[in-house]
Amino acid sequence: MANETPVSIKVNGKEEQRDVEPRLLLAHFLREDLGLTGTHIGCDTTQCGACTVLIDGKSVKACTVFAVQADGSEVTTIEGVGAEGELHPVQEGFWEEHGLQCGYCTPGMIMSGIHLLNENKNPSEQEIREGISGNFCRCTGYQHIVNAIQYAAKKG
Amino acid sequence: MTSTEARKQQYRVIGTRPIRHDGLDKVTGRARYGADIHLPGLLTGKVLRSPHAHARIRGIDASKALALPGVEAVVTAADFPIHEDMEIDLVETLGNLRVLAENIMASEKVLYRGHAVAAVAATSAAIAEEALGLIEVDYEVLPPVLNGPDAMDANSPRLHENMTTHSVAKRFERGTDTGVGSNIASHLQFKLGDPEAGFAEADVIVEREYTTSTVHQGYIEPHTATALWDFDGQVTLWSSSQGAFGMRAQTAAVLGIPESRVKAIPMEIGGGFGGKLNTYLDPVAAALSRETGKPVKITMDRAEVFIATGPTSATRSRIKLGAKKDGTLTAAWSELVYEAGAFPGSPVGAGASTGFAPYKIENILVDGYDVVVNKPKVAAYRAPGSPQAAFAIESAMSELAEKLGMDPIELRLKNVIRPGDRLPTGVPLLPTGCEEMEKAMRSHPHYNAPIEGPNRGRGVAVGFWGNAGNSSSATVSVTADGGVTLVTGSVDIGGTRASLAMQAAEVLGITAEDVRPSVGDTASVGWTGQTGGSRTTFSTGLAVVAAAEKVRDEMVKRAAILLETEPEKIEFDAGTFKNGAGKSLSFQEVAAAQVRTGGSITASASSNPRQVGPAFAGHIVDVEVDPETGKVEILRYTAFQDVGTAAHPSYVEGQIQGAVAQGVGWALNEEYVWSEDGRMENASFLDYRMPTTLDLPMIETVLIEEPNPAHPFGIRGVGEVCIVPPMAAIANAVANATGRRLTHLPMSPGRILEALERPATNGTGG
Amino acid sequence: MLPQTDYVKASSVAHALDMLHQYGTGAAILAGGTDLIVDMRERRREPTMLVDISSVEELAEIDVGTGNIRIGAGVTVAGLAGSAIVQHQLPLVTEVTRHFADYLTRNRATIGGNLANASPGADLVPPLLALNASVVLATAQGERTVDLNDFLVGPRRTLLLWNELVRAIHIPTPVPRGQAYEKLGLRTGGAIAVVSCAVSMDQAGGECRRVRIGLGAVAPRAFRSSEAEQIMEGHMFSSDIAARAAEAAANSSQPISDVRGSAEYRHAMVRALVERALHAAYERSSEPQE
Repeated sequence: MANETPVSIKVNGKEEQRDVEPRLLLAHFLREDLGLTGTHIGCDTTQCGACTVLIDGKSVKACTVFAVQADGSEVTTIEGVGAEGELHPVQEGFWEEHGLQCGYCTPGMIMSGIHLLNENKNPSEQEIREGISGNFCRCTGYQHIVNAIQYAAKKG
Repeated sequence: MTSTEARKQQYRVIGTRPIRHDGLDKVTGRARYGADIHLPGLLTGKVLRSPHAHARIRGIDASKALALPGVEAVVTAADFPIHEDMEIDLVETLGNLRVLAENIMASEKVLYRGHAVAAVAATSAAIAEEALGLIEVDYEVLPPVLNGPDAMDANSPRLHENMTTHSVAKRFERGTDTGVGSNIASHLQFKLGDPEAGFAEADVIVEREYTTSTVHQGYIEPHTATALWDFDGQVTLWSSSQGAFGMRAQTAAVLGIPESRVKAIPMEIGGGFGGKLNTYLDPVAAALSRETGKPVKITMDRAEVFIATGPTSATRSRIKLGAKKDGTLTAAWSELVYEAGAFPGSPVGAGASTGFAPYKIENILVDGYDVVVNKPKVAAYRAPGSPQAAFAIESAMSELAEKLGMDPIELRLKNVIRPGDRLPTGVPLLPTGCEEMEKAMRSHPHYNAPIEGPNRGRGVAVGFWGNAGNSSSATVSVTADGGVTLVTGSVDIGGTRASLAMQAAEVLGITAEDVRPSVGDTASVGWTGQTGGSRTTFSTGLAVVAAAEKVRDEMVKRAAILLETEPEKIEFDAGTFKNGAGKSLSFQEVAAAQVRTGGSITASASSNPRQVGPAFAGHIVDVEVDPETGKVEILRYTAFQDVGTAAHPSYVEGQIQGAVAQGVGWALNEEYVWSEDGRMENASFLDYRMPTTLDLPMIETVLIEEPNPAHPFGIRGVGEVCIVPPMAAIANAVANATGRRLTHLPMSPGRILEALERPATNGTGG
Repeated sequence: MLPQTDYVKASSVAHALDMLHQYGTGAAILAGGTDLIVDMRERRREPTMLVDISSVEELAEIDVGTGNIRIGAGVTVAGLAGSAIVQHQLPLVTEVTRHFADYLTRNRATIGGNLANASPGADLVPPLLALNASVVLATAQGERTVDLNDFLVGPRRTLLLWNELVRAIHIPTPVPRGQAYEKLGLRTGGAIAVVSCAVSMDQAGGECRRVRIGLGAVAPRAFRSSEAEQIMEGHMFSSDIAARAAEAAANSSQPISDVRGSAEYRHAMVRALVERALHAAYERSSEPQE
């Protein structure tokens, strides 16, 4: 008996109402129900952080949250970052500082970077590394990613 | 280097650092990767995988699965044609069609745990997964063989009853059939000079055995494929792969249909490192689509990526080096045993041809064995085969330096290979800067900084990789507003849209931003080899340069018409066409007039380089070993590389830093842990421990820019060679710190602690 | 694919307990979900009803009481890390939050979940053992308080009854001044403990008092090594006695071999880490108070 539960989640500023199975993970809800495929799935086991989104401003792995748990919350995905025609400084940092190669980890990294800078405006290199330690990148060796977040911190 | 500075001034675009064309899509989440495709009526496919490492399939009964509401099809090997042995091109590892097909769907036997035996298409992922549980497979379980040396034993269980050892004298050669039945698919041998006499001449000999574990490329995006088999028999693929043409070729071959009936559309790819050259899912999705008439998408989960794709070989290497007191190498021997996984085709040939390549040695004997075991069939992984051999050989070189009382870089320089010297394969080396690189290492502040504090040590190692050439195609078209569109067949994994656009811009005298690069599907651009072998910026670059030159020449003709002069009199400079008499036209003006001066301006070209231009890398690393826990911390890392002309220095640095990160994981932490019955016990990112941000220091890069004569701008492939030195460099640093030589990868804390319990062997040669 | 289940968002502790009572053994408490969701995916647990307590505000409070600090079971690890009370009075807990899983997981995982899941390697448990924590368990009928050391029964087994939930954690104050934490993971970020240990102690003129040693990942459950504690308790601190206590701690552990390390390695690591932690805790116990 697949009991569907109504949820109302404000995603990127827009109220989304759906009936979902309780077992549906937020990552799948975003990708499949809402078509927000910028939230990537890399491991399905709460390791890689490719699916990082913000729930009420806090960075979390969307593969380890049920969509029903986000009921009544505000969720921000990569698609909701930055105003129209104006990138968020963290997005700009990744582009300007070549903080990506394949780009698959990038949305999650950006979301973690945004949360980090919200909590700490002027992080040290070590604090940046800790802030993105839940996000794997296999291409870059992280150096340009650290640079990208430093760029954003400087830009404020 | 002054020559580098001089070269930089000769280019306007090459050597600069423009931001990437696809950057906006990738920082806003708009870029579409393989799994992001959605089509009307899309079914979800899932693959049933063998729970046994070695078993005969007695029968498969899918009737219960087919009866489940929502299940639309089940396919097994019976739904694919039977193939004979036939070589097909996979860039770095030639593929055998029968092997490829058998690996995609097991027919008579399953040869590793995770081997596909059936696949389901259903209306939802949940139903597909439930259906897998309803497929009944009757297995006769057989004893597995789980490591190379065991598999070589004549009495070990055999994976392929009819397989006989081939004797091979050249990489990629099929060799002559010895007729001897064995798990050894091939025995390869290179010989130069008289190794026996060389060892007899030596004053000092070092000899040791090294082993490495199975490791995975670890790209973050799992494999995914979507296929639609249309009613007219045309097949369309949307894949995450390192090359649409490779997917087209493999899928058509496995399905037994003409390539021209398959169109492969490349999606963005979330990392490959060689692991996405082979297809695992596309033909299966296509077969399910054929059965259902609907598009089918199959996406692996992370555990499937580990157990059912292609990691790289676990190896055993025996190395012997002989040298004179002054350090001159007199002879070198290696015996390399590489696990191929379930089917022949390990990269032992590359290991054999690259390990001794940084040195000029008169007498060399290399024996390489390609051995099948009940593990996933290996695939390419960044300079495939070279890192394992280099771990052994570069460890031995530093041990030799210590025995000789020589500085390890001095010993390497003493024997350094120079342009024109013969490589171990007998081929002369093209101009490359191995010597310049080693001199740069020797004089670098890192190498000359004191090592302070207990339990700390420094290690060095160098590495070689031949790089791939292969053919690529590009089309350059001029837009009326003076922009340029560039279509190539090369999947962009790490920024090649930018590095290719820069080459077009350089030729056309415009900016990189004026060029709009895109990756074409197999119907919109000429055949292009896959993105692998460090070949794209080099070889696809050659095609781009050639196409851009054709466009430039046509633009000159059109400018001549507009300026009412002869084309020969037109001087083209930085995007401006001058008639020599004070009149000039801009690129935009000529572009705007293209239709009325003779029609649209577009040109295509293909590359087919006969020379490629190999690469050398050298690394210096400082480590600290915790003597109580065995944990190794990387304190400082400097990576040197002859990169040719660095087309986009930030991307070159990024390639090097990324390779070092993978190398650190390979050296210290990453390995497949196998149970006795052949199950991978750590098939998740939790226990397959890739380095996080906190496991790596900043990685300094030193670019030595010795132009590659095989490319008009001197561009050289850079992405692979940088993973060759890290494991040996770190092992040498650990030896320097602890006085113990670690001979197994990974050097996990437990293994280091075990080594620390042994008496120190003066092995401090970093 | 996760198993089918039902879901209810609890509005209060009473509501959650009522749901537990109503749905019986098929119900599971869902807080951060960082363990439960992974377990469900692996089909180690297949609850038919999820009782979500993550919005229950009364579970998310940290209070200073008389003679103890009370931490609500729903406080997240990030919440612990950011709490001024915890930073001032329980530096050991602040320290462990920096080593807990990874940054993102800390934003979801809760202290109650980390205890109730009872993984032998749960990061928060050894420090809480060393701080002599007790666990407040609630049912619809009332509350009971049990020692954390008794609460943990075995791997993923606790004293928690089917209709009970972890309400809060009590840490008696003042806590010993000397506190130290050591975690050995095989990588630095996102590491799972191969061995972890926490020590707290006071001293009077060099004599060790109130020595508590919590160990994780080296036995079916995290535990206090009373053998090691007894060697230290009431004795003058010395390197020799610390080494003996560390040896006793190692001997009181029952490590297994798995993909993360052999039993022998873990045994040796208990000795090494306990010895380090004892030295560090003793030094800190000697530091003059602010």
